[in-house]
Amino acid sequence: MAYIGNTDADRRKMLDRIGVESVEELFRDVPEHARYPKLQLPAELSEVEILEELRGLAGKNGCATPSTSFLGAGVYNRFIPSVVPYLASRGEFVTAYTPYQPEASQGTLQSLFEYQTMVADLTGMDIVNASHYDGATSVAEAALMSIRVSRSKRRRVVTSPGLHPEYVQTMETYLQAMDAEVVGKDEDADGAYAEPTKLAELVDENTACLIVQYPDFFGRLYSLEGLADAVHAKGALLVVHIDPIALGLFRSPGSYGADIVTGEGQPLGMPVSYGGPYLGIFACRRDYVRSLPGRLAGRTVDTEGREGFVLTLNTREQHIRREKATSNICTNQGLMALHAALYLAAMGARGLKTVAELSYHRSHYAAQRLNKLDGFNARTKVPYFGEFVLECPIEAKEVIRRSCEKGIVPGFDLGRYYPDRKNQLLVCVTEMNSREQIEKLSKTLEEVVQ
Amino acid sequence: MSPVRNDAKTESAFPLIWDLSSPGRNTRTLPKLDVPEAPLPEGMVRDTEAEGGTDPLPLPDISELELVRHYTRLSQSNFSIDTNFYPLGSCTMKYNPKTNETAAGLPGFVDQHPQQPEELSQGSLELLDRLQKMLAEISGYAGVALQPAAGAQGELTGVLMIRAYHASRNDTKRRKMLIPDSAHGTNPATVTMAGFKAVELPSDRNGNVDLEALRENCDEETAGLMITNPNTLGLFEEHIEAVVRTVHECGGLVYGDGANLNALTGVLRPGDVGIDVMHFNLHKTFSTPHGGGGPGAGPVGAAKKLVDFLPGPVVTGDPKAGYRFVNPSKSIGRMKSFFGNFGMLVRAFTYIMMHGPEGLRAMAENAVLNANYLKSLVEDVYPVKYSRSCMHEFVAGGTIVEGIHTMDIAKRLLDYGYHAPTVYFPLIVKEALMIEPTESETRETVEGFAEALISIAREARDNPELLHGAPHTLPVLRLDEKKAAKELVLRYEH
Repeated sequence: MAYIGNTDADRRKMLDRIGVESVEELFRDVPEHARYPKLQLPAELSEVEILEELRGLAGKNGCATPSTSFLGAGVYNRFIPSVVPYLASRGEFVTAYTPYQPEASQGTLQSLFEYQTMVADLTGMDIVNASHYDGATSVAEAALMSIRVSRSKRRRVVTSPGLHPEYVQTMETYLQAMDAEVVGKDEDADGAYAEPTKLAELVDENTACLIVQYPDFFGRLYSLEGLADAVHAKGALLVVHIDPIALGLFRSPGSYGADIVTGEGQPLGMPVSYGGPYLGIFACRRDYVRSLPGRLAGRTVDTEGREGFVLTLNTREQHIRREKATSNICTNQGLMALHAALYLAAMGARGLKTVAELSYHRSHYAAQRLNKLDGFNARTKVPYFGEFVLECPIEAKEVIRRSCEKGIVPGFDLGRYYPDRKNQLLVCVTEMNSREQIEKLSKTLEEVVQ
Repeated sequence: MSPVRNDAKTESAFPLIWDLSSPGRNTRTLPKLDVPEAPLPEGMVRDTEAEGGTDPLPLPDISELELVRHYTRLSQSNFSIDTNFYPLGSCTMKYNPKTNETAAGLPGFVDQHPQQPEELSQGSLELLDRLQKMLAEISGYAGVALQPAAGAQGELTGVLMIRAYHASRNDTKRRKMLIPDSAHGTNPATVTMAGFKAVELPSDRNGNVDLEALRENCDEETAGLMITNPNTLGLFEEHIEAVVRTVHECGGLVYGDGANLNALTGVLRPGDVGIDVMHFNLHKTFSTPHGGGGPGAGPVGAAKKLVDFLPGPVVTGDPKAGYRFVNPSKSIGRMKSFFGNFGMLVRAFTYIMMHGPEGLRAMAENAVLNANYLKSLVEDVYPVKYSRSCMHEFVAGGTIVEGIHTMDIAKRLLDYGYHAPTVYFPLIVKEALMIEPTESETRETVEGFAEALISIAREARDNPELLHGAPHTLPVLRLDEKKAAKELVLRYEH
């Protein structure tokens, strides 16, 4: 099915009007020797057939349900109120584009303005943009922005060893043409530099920013008290990458004096969907708004003084500023920002706090339970949120394989990112995993290592 | 259908969500805590007390019904493909098939965690592998990486690959990237992010890259050329092979901006005319919805000499041995987390599978036919600077009557229930209106739009105030963009 609006009779009429015999004549500028290649592709399928095929593919995935999976590591199985996908899938939102004609896009623009406000409140920051691609690219753009704020005089980025490894990799890709240096990332994540205040000692006069994750990749919550002062004393910026759910219960990075806040917005009403689409959260202090990458919705008035919304401060952006733009970003993740706004409005501060509390207390309970098992050791000793490291008596990979046969994914195999952590699982507990499931996890782990 | 404006003088078109908020209105229930409480770390708990809290969290407190009504009403004030003809040039606002939504929403896809081991993700990996191969076949490339999240990220990927290619040959003096003056703003912005210097090339009088200027700028410092073909004038680059040859002869590489691929599927494979690397906009050519600004997907295809530089991971394997992720041997690295905007990839896969090779060619042919037909209906009134056949879009001038600007025409079109074309772009056409009807639209819709444009031209002569004051029928009148930029109200103050 080719979703083409016209019939043969329409096409005849149209060709006559244009004054050509055939459609091929319209392609006469295309080099003839290369025109109309014979594509080696499968023949078209009907809707019946393609959906059957896709169901087959989807059916080959997975071994657990969201409530029997303890996988996190940057992406979280969280409860999504039904009203979120219901509203976010309205065709008027889904099939619109970037609100270039604001009068015909007030729905998108006001939703973005509400998103910007809610996330500004959540992070304790002044300004939030209309989204980046995901948490990883937000971190990368934060590093670039910090360099820009220093007028490119500072090209050193200090990064916590507790920053998600894929964020570090993404940032390194973005920085490869910038003559920049990234330090801190390879320090022992269990060593002294995991502590942000210790890490700040690596910040010097050439450093553009310090980047810490809160809670960090291993789930650890370090206080950021005094950190901003230490970083600012060297003239650098403090970038804090957040899990938005944790901020329902724990202090906002704004309250600690952060300059830029990035985050992976996926837990705010987006399914895990094998890695995307997600939401890059990006916030900053008002002082830096002109260096901010990405779109912004702003309030204004119409010719009769009625309030409405437009995209604003476009002079930072590629379509106006071209090679001098703050970023090349154009298409972002607007619909995912809408998901986040809907989620935050549906949950409210109380709902968000409850979800955070469930994760916090259940993860501590799970750690206690699993720590009692023979050969297992819950290693995370500092405060943590939702996730902790569990040392296993055998390779984590094998623990996962065996648990899967019993319908449980017990966590993330840390050996995949850290070769010296092959026996460690990163176990994640959310509001989706009840005490009953935690008991089942405990029993399963006990069985699979016997 | 466009919403009817409330003519009563109101302060705003719609209430803000906080206007509906009242403490205690949200009655959502969540599971009760079923484990003992653990102590909370001291000094780290958020003090959100509404009165006097040091770290307040004033999220709206509303009933679910109010939430539904608020966002339903907001949605109704949007123009969208589902409700309006949306001929936004270079954005390919074609129909977004609903089958794609069903496909991407299958539980085996949406509930699948990206950190699951490969063995537990074989269905998704197989889909990714097949999509990589299909896109490579459609465009004539040796390999495709699906990771980039959008067109601009695809551009950055491709230009970083060109940079890495030259670096791998110790050819480090190549710092210039040539860009035609008709290019999208993302091209020069990307070049800066990739550490190169953008050099602008003029267009010739037929709307092609000026070959003479190209030759003058091709030398041992040229990293390459970024070219959009068809270009943003909607014209096929008549000398594409000469352009590519010229760049290659000086040791540069050619980047293809795939924004306009909708004109060429099944008609020309960019790889077959020597373009070394290009991105696809799955949200344009392959129908994934634009979402009010995204998410998109910007996979990148590469010819043999660049394929090892693709970002990773990419999928390899076959049905027998199974599928796995690998990093190309000289990869520029990772562009984002995980494997790309997977949900968008499922939609594009579905779309391609439902078209087959003939369907993809029919798609391009009908897109080009609709554009040429629309051009033939309006060009007597709205001058088209370059007279040859267009591809999937064309650029007309809004210079119809003294004192009337393209923006006036665009706003008046909204009153007729049509989304405006892209305006004031490309920069090389005065008062540009860039119009792309796509293949999904019927002849009648195209004709209706042409009649509206012609009717507006009449109004421009007879009653110009009607245009200056447009739009008249929407929830807001023309909005003051200057004020927005000057006063910068970017959030609601509680």
